[in-house]
Amino acid sequence: MSKIILQARDVTKRFGGLVAVNGVSFDVTEHQVMGIIGPNGSGKSTMINMISGSFVPSAGSIQLNGRELAGQPAHKVARLGVGRTFQLVRLLPELTVTQNVLAGAAFGHRRRWGPEAERFAHTLLDRLGLGQVAGLPVSALTYIDTKRVELARALAGEPEVLLLDEWLAGLNPTELSTGIDLIKSLRDEGRTIILVEHVMDAIRSLCDRCVVMSSGTKIAEGTPAEVLSDREVIRAYLGDDDA
Amino acid sequence: MSTREIRNLIVSALLIGLCCLLPVYGSPYWLTMGTTIAMYAVLSTSWALFSGPTHYISLATAAFFGVGTFVTGLGFQDLPFWTLPVIAAALGAVLAALVGMVTLRLSGVYFVIFTLGLAEMVRQVVTWVQNQTGHRGMYVLTSLTEREIYWMLIALASLVFLAGWLIGRSKLGFALRIIGNDETVAKHSGIDTALAKVLLFMVPGAAAAATGAILAPRYIYIEPSTAFAPLLSFQVVIMALLGGTGRLWGPIAGVIPFTLLWEAITRQAPNQTLLLLGLAFLLIVYVLPGGFVGLWDRLRRRYGGNQ
Repeated sequence: MSKIILQARDVTKRFGGLVAVNGVSFDVTEHQVMGIIGPNGSGKSTMINMISGSFVPSAGSIQLNGRELAGQPAHKVARLGVGRTFQLVRLLPELTVTQNVLAGAAFGHRRRWGPEAERFAHTLLDRLGLGQVAGLPVSALTYIDTKRVELARALAGEPEVLLLDEWLAGLNPTELSTGIDLIKSLRDEGRTIILVEHVMDAIRSLCDRCVVMSSGTKIAEGTPAEVLSDREVIRAYLGDDDA
Repeated sequence: MSTREIRNLIVSALLIGLCCLLPVYGSPYWLTMGTTIAMYAVLSTSWALFSGPTHYISLATAAFFGVGTFVTGLGFQDLPFWTLPVIAAALGAVLAALVGMVTLRLSGVYFVIFTLGLAEMVRQVVTWVQNQTGHRGMYVLTSLTEREIYWMLIALASLVFLAGWLIGRSKLGFALRIIGNDETVAKHSGIDTALAKVLLFMVPGAAAAATGAILAPRYIYIEPSTAFAPLLSFQVVIMALLGGTGRLWGPIAGVIPFTLLWEAITRQAPNQTLLLLGLAFLLIVYVLPGGFVGLWDRLRRRYGGNQ
């Protein structure tokens, strides 16, 4: 039994009267890819935002290696070891590709600075296939490369857990298979990843386990094959008639 | 340190040395102009250190400057003069830290308005205290000559440039650039954005207060309405933006032409100076979004020349 890295217990988030996430619990073990899936508006992104410190949970606890993340500001969560990408790509537009990655390396979980950080950033860029564009401004990049840069920045702090919020969204079919292979290679390196995703192919081929959310609650958990054949899950996605 | 950095340091030291010679060789008129330029150089350059990378427009310069002049006004009879800019800088930094802790959680226009209000608030408080104690203004009569004031300002400007250069190379400087690009990314990359902003906001606060302390003897008579004049804050912003905040030397490229022009207009038509402020602002917005620095970079890119 491998070690549990991230533990969510009865996590709830209320926005006024709206309960976006309602008492969700799950564990993420080391070297595992955990998918959080569910229809639009089911609370997946809210969950990711609570883990990364963007939102403070209204109740419940989120622990990383036994340390409480709930209620900590985002920069502390990042330093404790949670790296993330954003649903809509966020790069630092005035900086070069390398500097974008250095931003993650300088202040993240494992901090590097100076020539050591430069070397590390370039290793990462080569690793993600961005070696050729390292010196360019980010405005010169293709869409998938902007996603890669964001991923490199998140990895640069060597997080314990990597959160990918719809990282594969918006890619064309060729890019999608490249993207899936890239994340697969990250998994093979032994990283721990939580991904929110809509692309079913990606979920099947990448996730070791999945949590399915609907209307803010967890309705299923298991391997992708198990949850995707679950009647409750099919009902949530397609409605009663098809279940 | 690269050879290019060493070269830049040597060139800067030579330029500063050259500036120091002005009182020896220049006429009194140019010494007066030089003092004014040195004053705005300190204010605009230190302003740009914070506001350039973060894009937070601070209109608090007059507040810090005024505090500095009053430090000198209250202390010049009892303390050696050299301690006054130091005390003023410390006070300015503390005031900036307090203001920063309250306001830097705000963003955009709220920050601008608060900093503008700050100068007015400090002015009202000082006026109220003076009314309570029966004072009006204060005479600052010292034996300091204009050339001594000038040299002190040049020394202060050198310190500001040195600080700017060091910050630019530091992690703090990098953190500020990231914050200016995308504050959300900065937070999720592990940057304590509030702390970084407060720390850097203390630099212009200290520099402006020290400038005020050094310049108080030049005014001879100081009172709240002149010491905390909001116009100063706007002038500093316009000059810095005109020069461009992308480089350390940017603001000074705006300060020199603007001060000379301002002086020329003041002589011909004293009431039209505000027009210059407005025209310069329009020029920045419509023609020179990156200031002279941005223009310089664009031209260099267009006509060859790599880096």
